[in-house]
Amino acid sequence: MISLPLRLRTTVLRTLRRTLILAGACAVAAPAVLGQGSAVDEIAKYRAALQDGNPAELWEVRGEDIWKQQRGPKQASLQQCDLGLGPGVVKGAYARLPKYFADADRVMDLETRILWCMTTLQGISAADSRKQLYGNGNERKSDMEAMVAYVTSESRGVAMNVGLSNAKEADMYRLGEKMFYFRGGPHDFGCVTCHGDDGKRIRLQDLPNLTTKEGAQKAYTTWPAYRVSQGELRSFQWRLYDCFRQQRFPELVYGSDASIALTMFLARNANGAAFDAPAIKR
Amino acid sequence: MADPMKIRANVVGDSTEVKVLMSHEMETGQRKDAQGKTIPAWFIQNVTATWNNKTVLSAQWGPAVSKNPFLSFKFKGGAKGDKVTITWVDNRGDKRTDEATIA
Repeated sequence: MISLPLRLRTTVLRTLRRTLILAGACAVAAPAVLGQGSAVDEIAKYRAALQDGNPAELWEVRGEDIWKQQRGPKQASLQQCDLGLGPGVVKGAYARLPKYFADADRVMDLETRILWCMTTLQGISAADSRKQLYGNGNERKSDMEAMVAYVTSESRGVAMNVGLSNAKEADMYRLGEKMFYFRGGPHDFGCVTCHGDDGKRIRLQDLPNLTTKEGAQKAYTTWPAYRVSQGELRSFQWRLYDCFRQQRFPELVYGSDASIALTMFLARNANGAAFDAPAIKR
Repeated sequence: MADPMKIRANVVGDSTEVKVLMSHEMETGQRKDAQGKTIPAWFIQNVTATWNNKTVLSAQWGPAVSKNPFLSFKFKGGAKGDKVTITWVDNRGDKRTDEATIA
C-alpha cells in the first residue's frame, strides 16, 4: 500500500531493524522474570476478587430457562436431549464430552450436540439454530452461549472422564493431536507454538502448556468462561475459533470435525481433574 | 425486558450479607460504534434494597459502574426466611425487581 522511493524504504527498514535489535537488547537486560512474577500474582489477585459474583451466573440462569422452554416448530423443550448419559440427564454430562453418539453416527461436543437436539427435538432448521452462536451485547444475546453455561455449570466438581473406547473417538483424538502439533498458515504457527512450553505468555496473559497433564487440566476445566474484557460468556468452540484466528489459520467452522477433534484431544488430556467452570477470565 | 438478577442473601452474625448480580449493558456514552457515531449512554441510575418494607440501601449509580455489575452489602437485622427485594431503574426508565429469601 505505502509507496516510498526504494532508497528511502531501505533506510526506513534499516532504522526499524536497528530499533528492534535495541528493543530486544533492552528486554534481555531488564529483570524480566521478576516483573513477570509480580504481574502474574496481581492478575491472580484480580481473578480471585472477581470470583465472587461471576457474571457467568447470569448466563447460567438464562440458559436453564431457555433449556426448559418449549420452542421451535415442534414446541418442545430440550429437557429430553440426550447429552450422553441418557435423555434428560444434564448433571455431569459435560465431563464426558466429546463422545460418540450412535443416533448421529458422529463424535460430538456439547455445542454440536445442542444444535443436533434443536434440530431433532424442536424442529428448528440447521440455519436457524446457528443464527447467534456468539453473543454481542444486550441487543444480540446468544442462546447457545447461555445454554452452554447452564449445561457446563451442572458438571461443576465432576471429574473429567472422556472415553476413547469407540474407534471413532480414538480417531478423533488422534486427529486432534495431529492438529495440535501441526504448523502452518502465513506465520508458520501451530497450537504448540504458544502452548508447548512452560512460562509463555501473550502480553500479561499466561499461556498454559497444554502438552503437560497439569496444563491441559487447568486450561480445559476453566472453559467456558466469562470474559471480563468482552463482557460475554464464551464457549469452548469460541476459544478454538479465536485461537485459529490468532494463528491466521482458515476460519474454524463451528461444530466441524476439526473443532471437535481438538476439543477431544484437550478434553481427554484433562481426564481426572475436577471440572470447574463457567470460570472468569480477564 | 431485562434479564433477572441473581441474588444471594445470608445471615452473618447479627446482620445480613446480600450479594447481587445484575444483567445490564452499562453503556458509558463515551464509546463510538463502527460508523463513528456515539453510542448513547445507558446505565442503571437508582438501586434500592428493601427488607420488611424498609429501605436498607439506596444508591445512585453513574456510567462508571461496570457492565453486569456485582453489588455486595450488609445490613443490620434480617432472619432466615425473610425476603429481600432489589430494584434498579436505568436512565431509559427500564426497571427490574427481584426478590430473594434470606438463608
